[in-house]
Amino acid sequence: MLYRETGQFKTSYAADMAIFPIRQDRIALWGLLIFAFIGIPVMDAFQVWPLRGEYLIRAILIPFLILSLAAVGLNILTGYCGQLSLGSGAFMAIGAYGAYKFGTGVRIPLEIFTIDIPPLPVFWCILLGGVMSAFVGILFGIPSLRIKGLYLAVATLAAQFFFDWVFIRVKWFTNYTSSGSVVAPDLNFFGFFANKPIEKYLVCLVFVTVFALLAKNLVRGNIGRQWMAIRDMDIAAELIGIRPLYAKLSAFAISSFIVGVAGALWAFIYLGAWEPLAFNIDRSFQILFMVIIGGLGSILGSFLGAAFILVLPILLDQVPHALGVPVSVETVSLLVFVVTGALICWLLIVEPHGFARLWSTGKEKLRLWPYPY
Amino acid sequence: MRAPADIDISAGETILSIENVSLSFGGVRAIRDVSFDIKKGEVRAIIGPNGAGKTSMLNVINGFYHPQQGRITFKGQARAKMQPHDAARGGIARTFQNVALFKGMSALDNIMAGRTLKMKRGFLWQLLRVGPALNEEIAHRHRVEEIIDFLEIQAIRKVPVARLPYGLQKRVELGRALAMEPDLLLLDEPMAGMNLEEKEDMSRFIIDVNDHFGTTIALIEHDMGVVMDLSDRVVVLDHGVKIADGTPGEVKSNQNVIDAYLGVAH
Amino acid sequence: MIAFGQFLEVFISGLLAGVLYSLVALGFVLIFKASGVFNFAQGSMVLLAGLALVRSLDWLVAKGFPMWAAIVAGLMFAAVIMAITAFLVERYVLGPLVNQDGLILFMSTIGVTFMIEGAAQFLFGSDVYPLRLFPTDAWFLFEGSFPGGILVSKIDVWGGVIAAVLVAGLALFFQRTKIGRALRAVADDHAAAQSVGIPLDWIWFVVWLVAGLVALVAATVWGTKLGVQFSITFLALKALPVLIIGGFTSVPGAIVGGLIVGAGEKLAEAYLGPFIGGGIEYWFAYVLALIVLLMRPQGLFGERIIERI
Repeated sequence: MLYRETGQFKTSYAADMAIFPIRQDRIALWGLLIFAFIGIPVMDAFQVWPLRGEYLIRAILIPFLILSLAAVGLNILTGYCGQLSLGSGAFMAIGAYGAYKFGTGVRIPLEIFTIDIPPLPVFWCILLGGVMSAFVGILFGIPSLRIKGLYLAVATLAAQFFFDWVFIRVKWFTNYTSSGSVVAPDLNFFGFFANKPIEKYLVCLVFVTVFALLAKNLVRGNIGRQWMAIRDMDIAAELIGIRPLYAKLSAFAISSFIVGVAGALWAFIYLGAWEPLAFNIDRSFQILFMVIIGGLGSILGSFLGAAFILVLPILLDQVPHALGVPVSVETVSLLVFVVTGALICWLLIVEPHGFARLWSTGKEKLRLWPYPY
Repeated sequence: MRAPADIDISAGETILSIENVSLSFGGVRAIRDVSFDIKKGEVRAIIGPNGAGKTSMLNVINGFYHPQQGRITFKGQARAKMQPHDAARGGIARTFQNVALFKGMSALDNIMAGRTLKMKRGFLWQLLRVGPALNEEIAHRHRVEEIIDFLEIQAIRKVPVARLPYGLQKRVELGRALAMEPDLLLLDEPMAGMNLEEKEDMSRFIIDVNDHFGTTIALIEHDMGVVMDLSDRVVVLDHGVKIADGTPGEVKSNQNVIDAYLGVAH
Repeated sequence: MIAFGQFLEVFISGLLAGVLYSLVALGFVLIFKASGVFNFAQGSMVLLAGLALVRSLDWLVAKGFPMWAAIVAGLMFAAVIMAITAFLVERYVLGPLVNQDGLILFMSTIGVTFMIEGAAQFLFGSDVYPLRLFPTDAWFLFEGSFPGGILVSKIDVWGGVIAAVLVAGLALFFQRTKIGRALRAVADDHAAAQSVGIPLDWIWFVVWLVAGLVALVAATVWGTKLGVQFSITFLALKALPVLIIGGFTSVPGAIVGGLIVGAGEKLAEAYLGPFIGGGIEYWFAYVLALIVLLMRPQGLFGERIIERI
């Protein structure tokens, strides 16, 4: 009975075009945001269960937020624009190393003069990491103008393997450290030092909330419709005046930008110190799975998918434990493979739009309840 | 919707002229040396037996195929190789033989997508979606709602088009083309696969579009009754060659046309 | 002369390594032609076949069976495993996904990949298992012409011979047998093939089975060369650029593409590596494929795609 929209009449197109046209959804969203921004810090301050200790924030909430952002980025490209990418890991790496270079100062001696950029504040580093990633994204997006689907997937694999190699072999990117591992600069956001997990969490939360909102604005506006038109039928899209060049490359640029920012956050905030291995092809698959499981073409789905992929290994570890069946760490990791793979296949068969669509179908049912139609 | 003011239906000014166009794929000659014109404000039918090159002709007109020979002049400008999106920019809209809607989008979004070229706000405005960007979105939504009213598809505006029955999909597709406010509207078998009632509806929409908005229409259709009733002039193709051109009455009594349709021993 | 001898040595070892890429690529092409499915799982099938073979082999040898009997039984066991896999994949994944968009099918095979990788290691273990089916020492050829001769590893030659036999066998299978003809009919047009009474699900099972057996053959050679281990799946991924270069629908393309990639990456490593840093084998194939894509999207041997509306 609670979930009814009866009596909520829209009197303007603006109201009908809101992100959540139904009042209950709006209330839920605001509730969630208030909880995330105020509730969790307060609970942390008073050490209320389950936030006792730092485990939940450090090991689950922060990675959840950052990987959700990466999934939002990939979803723009794959879910909205229909261009499959297996190279998200590489674009995260570009964001991370780009941010790192800007954070430690860039010096490129050229023939006539020397490009010399002093170390920049962390906030700008992270955004510039995203910009670098966007440039490379456009570059690797150019083949998409001539090729489609699977062919493009191989082009993005090229990006993945090439940049894996670049960040291992080209020492300039790691400032010639002998181990190849690099350390993030101090997390000073305009005087706010993010040192404790809860502070890092808040920084991530701000980034993710803002970017998710902006991404949602894009996908429901003109440019989003262009992306979806290209995805659903590129030829017809072109015949109504959409330029594939602009639509595809803008999707590549924006997607790579967001993924790059996520990469910078992952490196700076979650890892602190990292090696190129942190962004290998497994990362690409992890993010792709978040998008498929959460829902292709859904911003909300990106969050659901990220939550699921992160929670699954913990569940597979804890549940047999609780039932008294000891399972080795290795078995758990193999089980994660099998369960994830099976779930992907199952979802693609029953609901290619993932959890997000299951969610909205559920809401549809709830609106009509107790009547089936 | 309002009629573009500058169109005078009776003037008989040529909007598109096709001169000696030939198109081949490898060795197959789909169109051979065809010439005809379309006048502003008329309904021009292109008919012919299967494989006559009708759809290829439409594809040539909106830049999807590039003819090897011939000249195409649209709105007084001869054009070189143009891309389909340039054609759209120039004011040519199109519907397809097999519905080519964006399956994952709602009927409303499909028609909104037709407004792409009319929406001018840049990337940053869309990102923020406030002020001018939001106003623009709302203004275009108004226009699209007018089209939705006109086509009587209010009830299905938020339904993903893949779930709609065929007849309604055709209507949404027409809506998307109308949203472009084209100068020339190409309809590829708008009534294919429809029952009598749906055909009547569609005919009514076509007549209304032509009458009220003065949109020039070129249509391919197999139903001769529809063609004879709707069109001002008819061009007949057979095996890529033009065999007749004239008013419906003239074409109907043309011996070449009768032979092409009924078949004669060659 | 030394330089040329070195060049030949690198070139030949590259060609022979390329044969292995061709072997995996063949499996891709078979499935792609017959069902339009781009099977990302081919690499994981090599891993599964290899693990099934080496683990059963070791077990039988430990039980005291003679080597030849163990090999025959091991191969048969692995073949049965591949048949079961083919059945399960067809029945539970691709069957229900008939007529879906190519991208959805592709993503589903990524799901299959993870299932196979997880299950294979769960069942058969996840260490490195050495496989000794072929000699692994080397010949030195043309010692008269070049100082020191040209080193050619025997296992690579075995790989080449096996690939040649396999291709010949597949060609016979497709040209001469009834089921081969049915497969070609399905590849041409699903609906038409179905309308003349060819059962699609059976055909797809057979295709996946054949691809599984091709994976088994690749596993014998690779397993001997590197040991059966998880990283084989990454090597097998290189079949993707091979296919881009050769064209997805062409068996000769798969073979030539494999040779080009194999020789190209070895030569690049030997002659470009010193200038831009070692390890470029890691990405060379992919970047080469990218360049081919930009110049000839359908690959060297693929059919030109004409779009229609």
